[in-house]
Amino acid sequence: MVSNTEVVKKEHRERRERRLIDYFTFNTDHKVIGIQYLVTSFLFYFIGGAFAEAMRTELATPNPDFLSPELYNQMFTLHGTIMIFLWIVPAGAAFANYLIPLMIGAEDMAFPRLNAVAFWLLPPGGLLLIASLLVGAPQAGWTSYPPLSLMTGKWGQEMWILSILLLGTSSILGAINFATTILKMRIKDMDLHSMPLFCWSMLATSALILLSTPVLASALILLSFDLIAGTSFFNPAGGGDPVVYQHLFWFYSHPAVYIMILPFFGVISEVIPVHSRKPIFGYRAIAYSSLAISFLGLIVWAHHMFTSGTPGWLRMFFMATTMLVAVPTGIKVFSWCATMWGGKISLNTPMLFAIGFVSSFLIGGLTGVMLASVPFDIHVHDTYFVVGHFHYVLFGGSALALFAGFYHWFPKMTGKNYNETLGRLHFILTFLGFNITFMPMHQLGLMGMNRRIALYDPSFQPLNLISTAGAYLLAISTIPFIINVVWSLLKGTKAERNPWNALTLEWQTASPPVMENFEEEPILWSGPYDYGIDTSPEATAQSVEEMLADVASK
Amino acid sequence: MNIPSNIITLLAGIFLTLISLWYGQHHGLMPAAASEEAKAVDELFNFMMTIATGLFLLVEGVLVYCVIRFRRKRGDRTDGPPVEGNVPLEILWTAIPTIIVFILALYSFEVYNSLGGLDVDTSKDLPASRLEMADEEENHHHHHLVALNPHGGHLALGIGSGKADLEVEVNAIQYAWIFTYPDTGIISGELHVPVNKRVRLKMKAGDVIHAFWVPQLRLKQDVIPGRESELSFKPTKIGRYPIICAELCGAYHGGMKTTLYVESEEDYQQWVEKNLIAQTQDNPSPPSGYKPHPLAGVTRDTLAQIPHIPPQSL
Repeated sequence: MVSNTEVVKKEHRERRERRLIDYFTFNTDHKVIGIQYLVTSFLFYFIGGAFAEAMRTELATPNPDFLSPELYNQMFTLHGTIMIFLWIVPAGAAFANYLIPLMIGAEDMAFPRLNAVAFWLLPPGGLLLIASLLVGAPQAGWTSYPPLSLMTGKWGQEMWILSILLLGTSSILGAINFATTILKMRIKDMDLHSMPLFCWSMLATSALILLSTPVLASALILLSFDLIAGTSFFNPAGGGDPVVYQHLFWFYSHPAVYIMILPFFGVISEVIPVHSRKPIFGYRAIAYSSLAISFLGLIVWAHHMFTSGTPGWLRMFFMATTMLVAVPTGIKVFSWCATMWGGKISLNTPMLFAIGFVSSFLIGGLTGVMLASVPFDIHVHDTYFVVGHFHYVLFGGSALALFAGFYHWFPKMTGKNYNETLGRLHFILTFLGFNITFMPMHQLGLMGMNRRIALYDPSFQPLNLISTAGAYLLAISTIPFIINVVWSLLKGTKAERNPWNALTLEWQTASPPVMENFEEEPILWSGPYDYGIDTSPEATAQSVEEMLADVASK
Repeated sequence: MNIPSNIITLLAGIFLTLISLWYGQHHGLMPAAASEEAKAVDELFNFMMTIATGLFLLVEGVLVYCVIRFRRKRGDRTDGPPVEGNVPLEILWTAIPTIIVFILALYSFEVYNSLGGLDVDTSKDLPASRLEMADEEENHHHHHLVALNPHGGHLALGIGSGKADLEVEVNAIQYAWIFTYPDTGIISGELHVPVNKRVRLKMKAGDVIHAFWVPQLRLKQDVIPGRESELSFKPTKIGRYPIICAELCGAYHGGMKTTLYVESEEDYQQWVEKNLIAQTQDNPSPPSGYKPHPLAGVTRDTLAQIPHIPPQSL
């Protein structure tokens, strides 16, 4: 009788074992979907990165000799669109999908099928965008301002619109899931203020997605009518107003910046305390500042239009709101520094990327405040200064934090340890390559180099050469990354349940987590960051061993 | 010798301040400034650079210090001190950035106002009657705080002062700038202006959005099809400066460039005379009822100055 049930149990467990094929199917497990998001986003990262390398190769010389100017415009349009909509945003969704249920002790997301639908909108959206190369890819930049976007190839532009509509829908469905799951599915003992900060940042992100993405969809549908049906919503030739498109576009696309950075603020708030062995400094300040950024993020959009059709008073209003964003962002940066202060820092790969994130994002933040100042922005708008600025925010910010999170949760997600040496090499090459690529751009912009050009003034060549060299270094930096991932998956040592001695709930289950996430209902026995609190520092290790020995002897 | 830590902190603070003040003035990142307004923008940038350098050194310094000083010792498996926050410190680092951005916003507002960004007269959308009212109002109060009265009427696109010595019409098309001088009828592919005179540009776009940018003037304004935008400036430095299209306008966007010549009064008059003669020779007076081609009057010399002009736009 006993053996019989055991056999049944064993069979049951074997049947529910995760198989590789699951990752290629419509699967409703949030962990599978998280991995699907992450892998898909990285495939597009390599495509978008290849486009960037082609652009930097073109810009090594002042003449358009490597790419034709038309092709160059297609490259930067696809590069921007891919990196935003198919890498950073889905990578944020990847972490949210994988981590939220585990962090709050839930078995899955609130709407698992909706979750799978959200993911499966991503591959067709991405393929549609890439396929536009066959009919002539869009050339009007990721902003696709009319009237230019109505004049540079109808079908390429239309495929771009349809692709963004699919990806935007995916994003909205994901946000519904994240917000509902966080608000409704926490284990009993976890109130909002004992959630990990990643959940707070995803709550703020979801609010932004839900409020702003539909506005982009409406703008793109109207643009589509202008393009296909010959209406004149935005086409001045028929009485339309191209500036209205800019307002609608940026009403989404500025919040999009926060949609891309807030999840990674959350990642950093998880990584830094664990590897500094200290509680996060100012939990509530960090949590509420995410909400403040989310709110302010909705009322700053016209700072992208300071030289466009905006009256003076409007420029002044958006200058003031934009500058205010510096306050909650500053709170976060200072709090992360204070978390490290006095801690016991391990300089492993996730922590290196996290420190790299703080130091690079700081630069993006400082230039961001400068850009908010209207008289200065009028000089540098649409120049390489802006290109430098937003790459410090999106690469130095989002991407470095993405790698920090990737290495931090790699053991949890895969059950394998990564190679620390290769990880550190990846960090050093990325950090150097990134700074060499994007730092000179600030000076180029100030001196007078405009963006989105395949041909430029020969006096700008030296700085452009440095930038191109940095871009090649960034390309090289992906080699240790790929080797590390492949090697660790195949040959890596088995990861422990909690290799970092972290306190959040995802570390209380097996690595990788079992199908139902937790073998039994998880118990919230401490706050997410209660490092150094309920044990006397000296005796901890020994006392745990003694306790285990006690249990074993009994 | 054991120096108290608060003295070291003080010294570090002074050192940091001095470096920031020095770098804020000596970064050398801006091109030459060809007008008083450009100098005002540069001073604003220097101010922001000073603060940014200070904050940069402070935070990077803390990061580097943490990495060196607070490393986990090998074999140490214990946690750090359970510090969860410090309310006075958090209030401090909320208040200081708030004050900084408040000052910066006021300063930027002042500079923008001095550029003529809030000038009432620039308004083109304003009906004539209301324009006069706005004029009177301006005579009563000598400041232009339209930001406080946004319903006083539509403001112009662009920035500038109403009182200009020279007015030039600018037509932006893929991929060329065409400048028309209504006083003399000169049409040129380059912009010639006399030094120390206020110039007003009335700008229109023929096809897509372009943007007029002269880095040395620190001025930029989109030129949007379907509406007029304006830009006014008073160059104070003789020289040749690039005019760059800053808004993506198509494949040859990078080639949409020409030159601004800021000339002495004599040189400018000489240029005007030379072009007047050239244009009357090229274009004998047209028969009545003749509707000129938009580019009629453009001399062969002018066309030669315009780079990458596609044949279909001629």
